[in-house]
Formats: sequence, C-alpha cells, structure tokens
Amino acid sequence: MKHQALPQAEHPPQAPRKSKNTHRNFFQRFAAVPHVVWTVMFIVAPMLFVFYFAFTDAEGRFSIANIVHLSQYTNVFILSIAFALIATVVCLLIGYPLAYFMSRQSERAQKILMVLIMLPMWCNLLIRTYALMALLDNGGLLNSLLGKLGLEPLPIVGSYFGVILGMVYDFLPYMVLPIFTAMTKLDKRYIEASSDLGCNSWQTMTKVIMPLTLSGVVSGVTMVFVPSISTFYISQKLGAGKIDLVGDTIERLFQNASTYNVGAAMSLVMMILIIVSLAVMNKFSDEEGGMVP
Amino acid sequence: MKNFLSRCYIGLIFFLLYIPIVVLIIFSFNESGSLAEFSGFSFTWYEELFHDQEAFSALRNSLILAIISSLIATILGTFGALGLHRMRNRYVKQAITTVTNIPMMNPDIVTGVSMMLLFVAVAAFLKTHELFGFATLLIAHITFNIPYVMLSVMPRFKQLDKSLSEAAQDLGCTPSRAFFMVELPEIVPGIISGLMMSFTLSLDDFVISHFVSSPNFQTLPLYVYNQTAHNVKFSMYALSALIVAVILVILLIVNFAGSAADRKNKKGGR
Amino acid sequence: MKASIRAIVILASVLLLLPLVCGLTACTRDKGEVITLYVYNWGEYISDGSEDSVDSNALFEEWYYNTYGVRVKVNYSTYSSNESMYAKLSSGSVNYDVVVPSDYMIERMIEEDMLAELNFENIPHIGNIHEDFFGEDAKYDYYDPDNKYAVPYMYGMIGIIYNTTMVEADDPSLGSWQLMWDERHNGNILQFNNSRDAFGTAQYFLGLDVNSDSEADWRLALEKLKEQKPVLQGYVMDEIFNKMENGSAAIAAYYAGDFLAMYENNEDLEFFYPKEGTNLYVDAMCIPKASRNKEVAERYIDFMLTEAPAVANAEYTYYASPNKVVRENAEYREYMNTIKDGGYDLMYGTDTVKTSSYKNLSGEKLIMLNDLWEELKSDIEVGLPIYVICGGILAVLIGGGTFLGVRKRIRDNY
Repeated sequence: MKHQALPQAEHPPQAPRKSKNTHRNFFQRFAAVPHVVWTVMFIVAPMLFVFYFAFTDAEGRFSIANIVHLSQYTNVFILSIAFALIATVVCLLIGYPLAYFMSRQSERAQKILMVLIMLPMWCNLLIRTYALMALLDNGGLLNSLLGKLGLEPLPIVGSYFGVILGMVYDFLPYMVLPIFTAMTKLDKRYIEASSDLGCNSWQTMTKVIMPLTLSGVVSGVTMVFVPSISTFYISQKLGAGKIDLVGDTIERLFQNASTYNVGAAMSLVMMILIIVSLAVMNKFSDEEGGMVP
Repeated sequence: MKNFLSRCYIGLIFFLLYIPIVVLIIFSFNESGSLAEFSGFSFTWYEELFHDQEAFSALRNSLILAIISSLIATILGTFGALGLHRMRNRYVKQAITTVTNIPMMNPDIVTGVSMMLLFVAVAAFLKTHELFGFATLLIAHITFNIPYVMLSVMPRFKQLDKSLSEAAQDLGCTPSRAFFMVELPEIVPGIISGLMMSFTLSLDDFVISHFVSSPNFQTLPLYVYNQTAHNVKFSMYALSALIVAVILVILLIVNFAGSAADRKNKKGGR
Repeated sequence: MKASIRAIVILASVLLLLPLVCGLTACTRDKGEVITLYVYNWGEYISDGSEDSVDSNALFEEWYYNTYGVRVKVNYSTYSSNESMYAKLSSGSVNYDVVVPSDYMIERMIEEDMLAELNFENIPHIGNIHEDFFGEDAKYDYYDPDNKYAVPYMYGMIGIIYNTTMVEADDPSLGSWQLMWDERHNGNILQFNNSRDAFGTAQYFLGLDVNSDSEADWRLALEKLKEQKPVLQGYVMDEIFNKMENGSAAIAAYYAGDFLAMYENNEDLEFFYPKEGTNLYVDAMCIPKASRNKEVAERYIDFMLTEAPAVANAEYTYYASPNKVVRENAEYREYMNTIKDGGYDLMYGTDTVKTSSYKNLSGEKLIMLNDLWEELKSDIEVGLPIYVICGGILAVLIGGGTFLGVRKRIRDNY
C-alpha cells in the first residue's frame, strides 16, 4: 500500500488539484447513480402507475369516474379516519404516562422494560393480532372464563370496539418507544431547575417535560396513525370481515377485482389524506414547539 | 407511594400487552389444541410443526430474501448517501432525499399496490406469466429498505471530517481510495445498523410482500397470513411461540452483550 | 463503544452467514433434473400428510419418479375464493400448471381462453369419473359440455351449519335460509366472504334465479343482504372452521364436506340443506394456457383419479367425490359413517334436495355483481358514538391549539 502511494506524492502539489476535482465529480456521480436509477424505477415509476390507473378507465382512456366512484366509500373513509384518530389518541393517553413512568425507573429496570417494549414490535403483527383475536373471540379464553363466572359473553370480535382495541394493542409500543427515548434524552437539570424556580410537579410536567418530549410524541403519533389508517389485517380479524376500512377495500380491489382503477384511485386519496394530516400535525407541533423558551 | 402507583401502572399495561402472546405460548403446549381450555401438556404441535415442510421452506425463503435484500439495499443506500452527501446542488439533493423517503412515509399498502401495478404492467409488456415471485419480492424489499439504510448512514457522513479525506488525497490517494481507506471505516457503524435494520424489516414485512408475491414463493409472514386465513393448524401456535422466543433471545443478547462490552470498556478505560 | 460494535458485527455476521450457508447447501441439493409443477388449489382441499393422512403430492412425486425416472417437485399453493384465484391468474404475473376452479369460474375461463385443452391420452383414468359428471350423458358437466378442459375433482352442496347448544332444536327457522337472517341469533351468524356465494344465499332464500339476467333481481338480493348485515358477526371464508369449532359463532352457511370436518372437532354441530333450494357446485382440475409442463400436469390430474390419492383426498376433505373408485370403496363408505352417522348419505344421498348451479355471467353482469358486492361491503354506519368521540377529540385539539397560539401571541406582544 505504501509504495503505491509514494510515487504519486512526488507530483507537484498544484497539478493534481484540478484533476482531483474532476475525479471527485466523477466519483460522486458514480456513487449516486445506481441509487437514483433505482429510485426512479421503483419509487417514481410505481407512483406514476398509481396516478395513471386512478385517472383512466378499464380501456385506458382518461376519466375521473374512479374518483367520483369513491363517494360510495365516504363512510368507509370517515370510519377509517375516526378509528385511526381514536386509536392514536388512546395510545397517546396510555403511552405517554407509561413512557414517563418508565423513564423514572432505575437504569437496570429501564433496560428490561426496553426489551419488553421492543419484543412486541419485533414480533410479527400478524401473530399478535391473531393472538388477540383468539383470546377475545366469542369462543375464546376470555369469554369462556366469563361464561364460567356466569357472566354474559362480550361480543368484541366483529365490533368497532374490537377493531380499535386491536389497533391500540398492536401499535402502542410504537407510541411508547419514541416518547421513552425522548424522555431519557431529556436533561434532568431542566427538571431540577424548574422545581428550583418554584414550579410544582404539574407545572414541571406541562412547561418543561411535555414541550421537550414533543418530538417523541410527534413521531409516536405518526407511527401509530399511519399504520392504523391503512391496516387491513386488524379489521379483517377483529372486525370479522364485516367492518371494512380503507385498507380492506384497497386490498380487496387489488386482490379480487379484475380492474385496478378504483383501487388505485382509493390508494391515491389515502396517500393525499395522510400527507395532509402529517403536514397539519407538523405545523401544529411547530407552533407548539415555539412555546419552548 | 407515587412510585408504587407508577409501577402498578407499568405492570398493568405490560400485563395487558403480553396476555395474548403469553396465552398463545401456553396454549401451544395444549394437548387438545383448543384455545379455551387447557386439557394437558404436550409437544404434539411442535412435533407437527417440525414435520411441516411448508413452514420450513417459508422460513428459508424469508431468510434468503432478508439477507440478499438487506445487503443490496445497504450497498445501494450507502453509495446513494455518499453521492447525496457530495452533491452540491441543494435542490436536486432535496428532491432525491424526498423521493427516497416516500416508502418510509407512505403507508405500506400504498407502496405495495404501486409496486404491484408496476410489476403487472411489466409482466404484460414482457408477455410473461412468471414475473411475480422471488425477483419482485427482492426488488420491493430493497426499495423499502433503502430509506432506512440512508437514515442511519447519512448522519455518519455529516459527522465526517472533510480534512481527513483531503489529507489522504494530498498524500496521494485517489478519491475512491481515500473513500475506502479513510471515510468508509468511519461510517461502518452506520452501515451496520442500517444493515441490521433492513434485515429485520425485510424479515418482518407482510403488507408489501402480500401484493408483490406469488404463492410460489412464500415468506414466513405470508405463510402465517395464509394459515390464519384458513383452518388454523395448531402448529401455528407453536410456530408463533418459537418466533417470540427467538426474538426475545436476540433482544436479550444484543442488550446484554452491549452492556457487558460497555462495562468491560469502562473498566479498561480506567 | 467499539467493543459493543464489534459484538454487533459478530452477531450480525453469524446471523447472516448461518442461514446463507444452509440456504446454499439446500440449493445445491436441489440441483439436477427436477421439474417443478405449480398446483394452485383451494385451501384444505388435498390430503397433505397432516394427522397421519396420506400426502397426495408426495405420493405423486414418488410415483412419477418410479414411472418416468424424472424428479418432479410439486409446488402447491392455495387460495380461498374463485375470484382471488382468477385475479391472480389473469394479472398475468403468476404461472400455474394445475388449477381447481369451481364450475362457473371454469366457464368464464374457457370463454376468456385461459384454459388449455386436455390431452386425454395422458389421462387414461378418466373412466373412473362417474357418468353423471363426465361423458356424453353427464348431468353435471354444464360448465364444460364438450368435456375438453376440465376433469371433476370434488363436488358438493352448500348448506347451513349450526351449533345445537346455541340454536334450539325446535327453532322455527331450522330447515330454511331464514335461520341466516334470524335476529335472535344476532352477532352469531357467519356469511360467505365471496360475492357469488353470498348473493346465492339471498337469491335462494328469495326464490330468485341465481343466474338471473335481470338487474332488478340482483338488486333484490342485495337489499336482502343489506338487511342481513346488522345481524351478522362477519363475512368469512375458511376462518369459519375455527369459529364454528370453538363456538365463536352459532350459524354459518358453508360447503357440506367442510361440515363433516368441523363435526369431527365439535359434535355439537348440526347441518341441513335449506328447503328453498341450494347450490350444487363442481370443482374441476384444469390446466391454464400458460402452463409450461402440460404433460406432467395431465399426468398429475390422472394420478389424482387413481384409487389411493382419490380416496385419501376424499377422506381428508370429506367432500363428495365424482370418482367411482372412491364411491364404491367400502372402507371409504365406512369411514364417512364413522365421522358422523349418515355421513356418507349426507354427501351422496342428496337426490331429494332442490339444487341449481352457478353459471358464468355476462361481462356486463360480472361488473354489476362486483359493484353490488362493493356496495354491500361499503354499506357501513359510522354511528353516533364515533362522531361524538371524534368530535370531542377534534374540539380538544383545535381548542387547545388556538388557546396555546393565542397565548403565545399575547406573550410575544409583551
């Protein structure tokens, strides 16, 4: 290695400057090209296909009929948004205190809790959803125990409550983890300072901890809201095929129907919906973030 | 008192979070295969699982797919990050970053159907009936893995000290040599975490795979989906229990190995 | 820090290399002259070797090697409805050598030129098929009257399965489709999750023609199904097995053979064919045009007609077999009756049941059916509680946001 480098070092210092720059240009282009080509082929092109199918009819002529057709699914959209919203809020209400309490445990306990919160995240969603359904089904463990106690069975599977419960159960760890991370990164001296300055614990919470962990909340909300609004497995299992959300509809339109146009239109609308809600949320959180002194 | 209450809360939430999984694991040892009543301890379902060729080939497919896709995604993503890092035009850079992140922002189902539309069109164009399968899965997995690789590699590039590479070049290294000898070792941790991340994401993915796979090439999540869509064999519970156990072991190893190494380091540092 | 990175590196490389090595060795082992035969069939529709049954596909692989000296690997995968099978196949993205659609779907695939004509020289055991199902005078070959494309695999009828612990023996709705609409069993009824079968239940109940040309008829059926939706627990396909077996649902319409499979695990279940009439279907083996191994596929079809696999499949699925060798097999007959008293007659002694079959619909009607199905599935009430909860959440968010914003502006003005 060394003897290769030596002869080159003898060159006059000014001359290679220029060639180095061109080299660099060449190398930089060479480095990004495969990635850019890949991105164009497999991210941009598929998106264009979604647009194409959304705005054409079965014969390939331009048409907005698919979009108009979506009015049939108004309630499906409302229900999906509502479920995702409720699930996100419930996850936040459960997850925020959880993350806060977790961050106040000893370091060792935190480590164990971290493993415990990550295990469900790593464990496939299908398995957890199925396990939940098997537990809650009318003939499952919960209801057979209730039956033994002489209580009425709870028909959770096939109800709105069941689907929302499934979302909360599946996505809660995604809310807790980012908030917990933000909590542990939080500089303890801020809390001490605030109490030194006469804040009670409620004020410390709302004026110091909450604003400083907002970034965690934002990513948690994103990580719960987006999969909730687009899920189809949860509604399929816990809604027993009766409660169709946007995800179920898209899945059915692509897996069972012979034309993809309406399905593409629906995917497009959902995409826009999510982009808009994320943008609104980011704006909201930016304003909130502005509160931090 | 407060502390006690908060611990109760933690305990309660974790209890609720874990009952379904624990019940599933316990009942995977159930003789009768019922999920409502435990009639006796047995390994029947585990035995059946080990005779299930389909489950094993699904596991093998999953691992092969995850390894190859994460490796390719890591290479593409790392060089992509390098290229972006060196890029001078801010707008082009911003545009490429935004587009790359689309699969991360989009719901999986939209990514899945968009890729499916592309592949269906390509299949029609090539007049082939055999496009879907390993190749389409591989492409899809690489695509959704790239943004995560870049996410973990990009910050490392930003932390790089430019003068080091320049010094190497002044000492006669070619730019590419300077990259491989000087800069690459600095970003290796980012590359590795990107690799690990895409490996696990690929192993875990169901939704995107659901749209771009053919029944001829099943991954483990697809196998589980098919199982739960049909008459569920009780060996599925055994499979789930094993998956949970493996993940737990890996998580414990990663955490404990990490902390043990850290402790050693601290001691050595002293 | 460095050490932990090293630990991760080692772990990662071990994790990555181990399966890679395994995978590679598995790959090299598979090398050699091996033909892969892609078979696409309904779920739970072949004897697969579980619970001490015969593995029909493995049997075929072995038989083929012994007969022709060539190794064949059967790649077997399953679907849960005709429509999803059709969607997969017509997208042109996957290739199969053998598929097993139902009658009306076979008709459609023949019309759309998706199936290959069979060479019956490779299917010498075709004579095993009962005269009712194959040949010139066959009653049940309406989907392929010239007997060119399909070899019957199984047939059966749709009936209603109910749990005797949840439905009283003197329930007035018993014996009729009415049971599926009965409000007293609210939340305990399961309906088909595919358009044709679901509409069929309503059409039989209303006494309509299941192959009707009139859109008004289909609309009537749709209204009936919408009326049923609130009392349903859900729309499911093969999930029905678990749900009926563990008592999660009380009533479900499904295929007769599957009832016996469920009965084996839960003896509280009972079954009847509704008096208003019901559907008789035939599922038959076909070869898609795109098949690359047509000859092997034909031999596969032929092999499934021979005694050992045919009996094994019939015993595994409990569906009625159009195969004479199976029907006349005394052991099989006894086996069916040990599953349930009268099990054999339940499947074969069905001459008195009023039946009809689904025919393929015109292209226009297929689109209409699809639209109606979408209308049914998207017919969903949001409900006041959901509006109230979401309204509350939005009010808090917007109110809180404005409050904070206003407060901030006031403070900024100081």
